[in-house]
Amino acid sequence: MSSKNETLIRMANQIATFFRPYSREEAVKGIRSHIEAFWSPTMRRDLCILIAKDPDGLDAIVIEAVPCEIENHENA
Amino acid sequence: MSLIQEIDYGTPPSKSERQVTLTIDGTEISVPEGTSIMRAAMEMGTQIPKLCATDSLASFGSCRLCLVEIEGRAGTPASCTTPVAAGMVVHTQTERLARLRKGVMELYISDHPLDCLTCSANGDCELQDMAGAVGLREVRYGMEGSNHFAKDSDLRLPKDESNPYFTYDPSKCIVCNRCVRACEEVQGTFALTISGRGFESRVSPGMNEPFLQSECVSCGACVQACPTATLNEKSVIEIGTPEHSLVTTCAYCGVGCSFKAEMRGNTLVRMVPWKEGKANEGHSCVKGRFAYGYATHEDRITKPMIRASIEDPWREVSWSEAIDYAASEFKRIQAKYGRDAIGGITSSRCTNEETYLVQKLIRAGFGTNNVDTCARVCHSPTGYGLKMTFGTSAGTQDFASVDESDVIFVIGANPTDGHPVFGARMKKRLRQGARLIVADPRRIDLVRSPHIKADYHLPLRPGSNVAFINALAHVIVTEGLVNEAFVRERCDWAEFEAWARFIADDRHSPESVESITGVPAAEMRGAARLYATGGRAAIYYGLGVTEHSQGSTMVMGMANLAMATGNIGYRGVGVNPLRGQNNVQGSCDMGSFPHEFPGYRHVSDDSTRAVFEALWGRHLSAEPGLRIPNMLDEAVGGRFKGLYIQGEDIAQSDPDVQHVTAGLAAMECVVIQDIFMNETAKYAHVFLPGSSFLEKDGTFTNAERRINRVRKVMPPLAGYADWEVTMMLAEAFGYPMHYKHPGEIMDEIAATTPSFADVSYAKLDEMGSVQWPCNENAPLGTPIMHVGKFVRGKGQFMLTEFVETDERTSRKFPLILTTGRILAHYNVGAQTRRTPNTAWHPEDVLEIHPFDAESRGLTDGDLVAIESRVGMVTLHAKISDRMQPGVVYTTFHHPMSGANVITTDYSDWATNCPEYKVTAVQVRKTNRPSEWQERFVEHHEKSTRILESAVTEAAE
Ligand code: SF4
Ligand code: SF4
Ligand code: SF4
Ligand code: FES
Repeated sequence: MSSKNETLIRMANQIATFFRPYSREEAVKGIRSHIEAFWSPTMRRDLCILIAKDPDGLDAIVIEAVPCEIENHENA
Repeated sequence: MSLIQEIDYGTPPSKSERQVTLTIDGTEISVPEGTSIMRAAMEMGTQIPKLCATDSLASFGSCRLCLVEIEGRAGTPASCTTPVAAGMVVHTQTERLARLRKGVMELYISDHPLDCLTCSANGDCELQDMAGAVGLREVRYGMEGSNHFAKDSDLRLPKDESNPYFTYDPSKCIVCNRCVRACEEVQGTFALTISGRGFESRVSPGMNEPFLQSECVSCGACVQACPTATLNEKSVIEIGTPEHSLVTTCAYCGVGCSFKAEMRGNTLVRMVPWKEGKANEGHSCVKGRFAYGYATHEDRITKPMIRASIEDPWREVSWSEAIDYAASEFKRIQAKYGRDAIGGITSSRCTNEETYLVQKLIRAGFGTNNVDTCARVCHSPTGYGLKMTFGTSAGTQDFASVDESDVIFVIGANPTDGHPVFGARMKKRLRQGARLIVADPRRIDLVRSPHIKADYHLPLRPGSNVAFINALAHVIVTEGLVNEAFVRERCDWAEFEAWARFIADDRHSPESVESITGVPAAEMRGAARLYATGGRAAIYYGLGVTEHSQGSTMVMGMANLAMATGNIGYRGVGVNPLRGQNNVQGSCDMGSFPHEFPGYRHVSDDSTRAVFEALWGRHLSAEPGLRIPNMLDEAVGGRFKGLYIQGEDIAQSDPDVQHVTAGLAAMECVVIQDIFMNETAKYAHVFLPGSSFLEKDGTFTNAERRINRVRKVMPPLAGYADWEVTMMLAEAFGYPMHYKHPGEIMDEIAATTPSFADVSYAKLDEMGSVQWPCNENAPLGTPIMHVGKFVRGKGQFMLTEFVETDERTSRKFPLILTTGRILAHYNVGAQTRRTPNTAWHPEDVLEIHPFDAESRGLTDGDLVAIESRVGMVTLHAKISDRMQPGVVYTTFHHPMSGANVITTDYSDWATNCPEYKVTAVQVRKTNRPSEWQERFVEHHEKSTRILESAVTEAAE
């Protein structure tokens, strides 16, 4: 059984892997819109916390693609 | 209400467009060329006596009862085998004909017992009808001669009662051959023959075996075709003939067959496939036709129950107490942990209307988008992949389209077991000569069945789908097999070029991926050429495609292939998912995903939200909610506390059971609405009794986007239909809803969802069924999608790089376990296990190749332990060369098997659809059940205890 963070990292990296054959620009766009469309705000926030605190293990392009500053924290 | 009587025209309709005019009994009539005289007469309302003919079968011409006279022609030809001709003058009733027919009938009757009064088919027997029709008054040959029915006759054969659902009484057989032909022509199983010659001949399954031991798959086609009581439903023998009927839809699989539920009072006598039903056209499989006994099984829970802790026994309470308790718990949890601490799961077994209500309650009432569906675990990659490439989350064709396919490409699906009625249809087309490619790790029945042999069976290694589909695309692009005209007109050309460059790279060539897929390169090349050049080519796929970490990528890969070869947008082609549960399509359409409103519109879309906010009177969140696996993660993490589950069993159907149950156990209020005490209910605090498909009105949407009516034929056992229970819960939660009938819910769906705009119960009553989109552009629905133009505009080629799954074999776990299903059972088996279908499949077994068995010292039937990185279960081994070495296989129809105890929580990258199809395992001999199974038994007893009821208040 994976911990929640491991699951998040794996999910984010899997998305990044799909977009690898695309140009960097397309991939960043693709990853961002995928995560915005399908991940709940809490999941996105957890991912941002990971990016801030412990980004090892995350694909670099995920960090580039996920816009952490615009996250809303309303549903704490 | 009365019994729906369908007209039997005697022979199938002719498809000819040319009309021919003739005269029958002095009346002129025009019919399509190729129509039989018998059918032409019936079309004007004249029934020519017949015994061996029925309109589901090609005419046979053996009984000689249907004789007619034709002016200018000698003799008395059989009307069932004689086609009409222009100017023909036919007489159906003359003195001569009457005399001849009486003679024929006399012969039949002299070898038929005259126990009509006590016969189970009394009143429903064509032999009886014909005796009346020809005016038979005496039997000159006497009943004493050699016959098949007298107790002391040498020719008398014993009744065969081995099949749990129907009997075969040879003494009543008139050897009309209808059953044999039905088994061949309709079902394609070829289980029956006529054995013996002349007067001695009799129908026999296989090599004179009992039905149960024969090849027979119990589809019921022969029973349906039999004009006498020879093949008769046991339920009719027991209860008597029905007196009224209603048309409804099977609640088992995504084929969505139409049936007449034939009733006596509130008792269901039998389910008879409805000829007008577009999905099945009068055919059925053992599940829909016979395995409905679960609906009234004694295990049905009919009283609401609650308990404060899952350690406590259940306490039966009144409906109002249960509903109030659930609502107050949800309110308490939201007050304490926040709005998003609760959510719900809709069911792909419930109706569209019920699903719509549940997501409405969650989005508007609960105020969160935490709603998901178990379709997540099967076909969410279909939705994603087809939406990205074509623009809509659904299969492209109607079922009938396969009748025009020249090449049928089956990938990761087992239609004869999983979707039997469609499988039968596909086999019919294959017997007519369509070519067949099967890509599946297992040698499924379709690969070799009577009069069918796949041109290619490509036994892929589980987990290598994308490498495989890319190799096929590589061949098509590099060998110049692209349909350039189609691509230029219909797809984005720049994207196509990027894709073509990508796929032409040598790393995608069959030779390069041979070692990944395990399929010889030449075979992959051959299959690609056949698909691209063999005429109209259609792809049919199942869970073997979707339940992988690259499920969505694979769906896009198949869509790429179809676009590159122009196999999309007309009859005979397309990309078609074979959906598992009956209403997977519908539950997805109805807004069951956390990011989508009904009609696949994203929650962030302001205009869509405005429509629903105006109608529902609540502010709606623009943010996607949690998916099932994420809900469980959050529950374990302590942030998610309450769940309303309608008609699903996530503790059994979702992967990594131990993770699921840990999540459920961490919640404070789990509300289950189901007809049985299921696995998930063991972790629940409130149990709301559900209603079966026989107890409610609504609609199901099948795999071809066809909306079929479900009709209530008996009152709900527990007092309420599921949609009514959701309404009560909504009311108690403070979000009242006011529907008097599910038809009103459909009206709301139509008003809010453009692809359903013209759907109404009135329309469904009138048309029987309709395929969405159904709106002002397509008032009669849409059998084939993407005609002339893709829904998204230009078709979009996607780059589909193969990525190996994280789940790898190793020294410790050297085998790959893959899962599937079998005919007799359905999904987690909650229904079919409660029917005599267990006669065919009493337990789940592990199929293992002789080579792997031998190296482990296993023999057939040994108890074996199957261990993966996450858990261990035990099953009995079945040695089978259907599997390739290195791959083992099981089904998951029995909870005790715990197949999902060992599957991992890896999932599809885009949709989190779990990777059921690939688990690295080791298999070894054992002599005792796994620890999990032992705990299962113990926990089962403890968690399903019900306190002797103090409250016996009836449903108010
Ligand atoms: S039930 Fe179906 S498979 Fe069995 S003998 Fe009859 S037609 Fe054939
Ligand atoms: S079993 Fe019924 S259908 Fe088959 S040959 Fe006998 S009478 Fe005809
Ligand atoms: S094919 Fe599916 S829908 Fe049709 S009868 Fe069988 S289980 Fe029911
Ligand atoms: S019905 Fe025509 S020969 Fe039997």
